[in-house]
Parts: sequence; structure tokens; C-alpha cells
Amino acid sequence: MAQYLISVLDDTTGSATEAEMAAIGEFNERLRADGHWVFAGGLAAPETATVVDARDGNPVLTDGPYVETKEYVGGFWIIEAPDFDVALPLAALASQRCNRRVELRPFLSA
Amino acid sequence: MTDVGEALTRVHREEWARVVATLARRIGDLDVAEEMTAEAFAAAVERWSADGVPPNPGAWLTTTAYRRAVDRIRRESRREDKHREALMLAAAPEPLGVIDDDRLRLIFTCCHPALAVEARVALTLRLVGGLTVPEIARAYLVQESAMGRRITRAKSKIRAAGIPYRVPSREDLPARVGGVLAVLYLIFNEGYLASDPGKDAVRADLTAEAIRLTRLVRMLLPDDHEAVGLLALMLLTEARRPARVSATGELVVLAEQDRSAWDRELIAEGHALVRACIAAGRPPGRYQILAAINAVHTDARDARDTDWAQIAALYDHLVRVDPSPIVRLNRAVAVAELDGPQVALAEVDVLPLDGYHAYHATRAELLRRMGRGGEARAAYDRAIELAGNSAETAYLRRRRDQLGGR
Repeated sequence: MAQYLISVLDDTTGSATEAEMAAIGEFNERLRADGHWVFAGGLAAPETATVVDARDGNPVLTDGPYVETKEYVGGFWIIEAPDFDVALPLAALASQRCNRRVELRPFLSA
Repeated sequence: MTDVGEALTRVHREEWARVVATLARRIGDLDVAEEMTAEAFAAAVERWSADGVPPNPGAWLTTTAYRRAVDRIRRESRREDKHREALMLAAAPEPLGVIDDDRLRLIFTCCHPALAVEARVALTLRLVGGLTVPEIARAYLVQESAMGRRITRAKSKIRAAGIPYRVPSREDLPARVGGVLAVLYLIFNEGYLASDPGKDAVRADLTAEAIRLTRLVRMLLPDDHEAVGLLALMLLTEARRPARVSATGELVVLAEQDRSAWDRELIAEGHALVRACIAAGRPPGRYQILAAINAVHTDARDARDTDWAQIAALYDHLVRVDPSPIVRLNRAVAVAELDGPQVALAEVDVLPLDGYHAYHATRAELLRRMGRGGEARAAYDRAIELAGNSAETAYLRRRRDQLGGR
């Protein structure tokens, strides 16, 4: 079993609409029922991020996201699937349900 | 020793894909499969020269490559078990009962839609076609190192993303076969008319390779009529290659080609395939329709004998399957022959193809026939500006200059 990250690419402020939330909830149920579910969550707006650099021991904090872009990750799923061809239709469904583009990316296998 | 050389060339052509594909399944790693197959062929040069060609060269190569692969994996697994495991291809579950041939798995993996199109082309030529990286780099005018990186990157993505080594399920099959055929057609077209002024206009090595691979796919997927259609289309196009570029390196358009130079054998085979598609009586896809159009062209002994009504009817059909502006542009050429340039021009003018050289070349020809020399000249200028290939540019220049002074 491999794990995949499905990132939701967003460029609008404001979270998902009620209809989108309902569709996402249904999709999550399906992931659980079919044994693909690992974790999922929505993220707060990028402005709420704090960049922390403590590589030299003294945390330096920067207010805001690490890179300013038009698009950002608005949420994500972590799913489990035997291979890419099983993960791909799930990513397509995720995109459809949350009504946004998604990025499908494999985790390094352990 | 030329016997051994000939045998090797033939065996390379016939067995390369099978050896890579079998190895990839048995050891679960495309990279090792490719490398060990190349090593086995190198070993064959030496051994066969000394001991003669073995009775079953394919089996000899597979066994040799497999032994080397196992040795390599043993050596490496002692060092880095974890790493090794991470490199394995996603294990193929039991065959899904469509068609079980390792070469098909290999083709579908190389043409996976999650890979960039250039990567699919390069991987297919390397792993299925057995072309070397320098050969592929030369064909696409790319630095060898860049082509090597492209192939390596694609293989790493296949491993890391877990792109499976299997024939797609029945429901996904038509779409995925379509993807494979598109890659083969792309290879053929690049060979038939290079997209770049620095390249030879026609590269027979690429067209031949595309035809060979399409024959393979057709053999492996005998029920797929689009594969038959694509093969027929390639053969009927390839048949005209000897007449396609003049001695001075200028592109010769269909109407001006010396038809006695066409390859009759390829035409006969292409026509037979088209007839088989028609006899099957299924609704034809785009490759079958394009093949039928080319069958009509190659049926005419003289350009003036072309059955344009038949061609226009086939294009009508094609527009229903693929309503893209490029198809409608090609249809307009038949319309011009049937209903005159005026009708055709009205259809062409509305197409959103301003950045496409053939659009302007077609307009130029229609305007010329309508006696609108000034506009024709402007259209030729624009087509020349946009055309990628020097043979084509040479042709367009000559046509423009024939318009005479303003």
C-alpha cells in the first residue's frame, strides 16, 4: 500500500460553500468505507501562517506564508491506495467534489 | 561475422521489447530491466561471434539479462534493502483478464497519461522501441544529457508514484489505448514532417519505428479497430514519402507528387486494412476515417481523378467524431474542389487558427485561385513566417513568388 497526498489548490478567499462541504463529506465517507482514508483537513487562509526558522537554535518568526503566490494549498487528503491507477480516480473525484484543482503526490515509501 | 551482425540486428528488432518487458515484470524495476537488457545485447555481440547464434536467441537474451539482474539486485539488497524495496514497481496484481502480454504492460506504463507527452514519447522509443538515448536525442534535436534526464525522470516518477505495470482494466482500456495510439501517431508525424527547421524534413527512421510499434500494438490488441486504422493511416502516408520532398529539398504537395514513385506495396497493405475496418462494420474512430481518406487519395492514379465527393463525405464524418478547427480546415480543402474556392474560403475564414501555418497556406491557395493575388501574397507571408520546416518554407516561397509582380 502506498500513501498519496491530495492537495487542494485554491485561489479564492473564503472557504468551501455548503454544497461543496456536503459533497466533500460524502466523498470522505466513501474513502472510509473503501479503506482509502488516512487523514484530511482544511487549512485556514495563508495570511494566518507563521514561518519558523530555528535551524540555528534561535527561532526567527516571519508573519505570513513562506511564499506569496496567487494559488495556495487550501486543504488536503492523505489517502492509501495499492497503486497510482487506484489513487488517480480518487484524486479526480476529490477535485470534482471540492470544486477545485488538486495535486496528487506520492509519499516516499518508508 | 556479418551473419552474427545481421542476426543481432534482427533479434534486437524482434526481441528487445519482449526482454525488457519480461524482466520488468519479473524483477519489478524498469531501470534495471532496461540496463540489463542492454548488457545482455552487448554480451551477445561477444558470445555469438565466438560460439555462433544460439537456437533461441530471445530466450538466451532473457536468461542472460535475468541472471545479471538477479546478481545486481542481490549485490544491492545486501547494501540497502530498504532502498531497493522503495525502487520496486508497484506489484502487478493478477492479470485482469484483458490481454496478458508483458509488452503491453510495458507500452501502457510508458504511455501513462500522468507522464508528460515528451516523456511518453521518449520512454516508448527507449523501452519499447529499443532506440538508444543518443538516437532519440538526435531525432528530437535535444542534447543527449537532457534526453537522458527526461527518461530518468520519467522512470523515477513511475517508481515513486506507483504507476502500475499492468494492462488497464476493461473499462479504462479504450481511453488508455487512445493514449498509446496518440503517442505512436506523434512519433510518426514528427518523422513525416519535422517541426523544426534544423531537422531533415522527413526522417524515415522515426516513421519506420512508429510503424513497427503500431504493428506490435495492433498484434497485441487485435480487437482494437483504431489500432488497425492508425496502422493503415501510417502505411498510406509512408507510401507517399518517396515523392514528398523534391531533389532540391522542397516539400511536394499531394497534387504535385509523382505518383509513380509511391510505394505500391504499402498502399496495397493499407487499402486491405481499410477494407477490413469497413467490413467489420463498427462506427469508425478518427484514425479509421483518416485512413479511409488517405485510401481515396492513394486510389487516384492522377490527382485530377481524386474522388473529392467521397473525401468530403469522410471529412463530414470526421467532423462529427472530432469537431476541431484543424479537421474543419482540412475538410475545406475538399470543399474547394467540389464547390469552389469561394465556398471553402467562407468556411476557412471563421476558423480560430491564426497561429497555424497551414491555415494561412490554405487561405493563400484559395485566394490565389480566386484571383485575389495581393491577399494571397499576404497569406503566404504569414504561412512562411509560421512554418516550422525548411522544406515547407521552400515550397511556400515558390508558390508566393509564382504570384508574379503586384
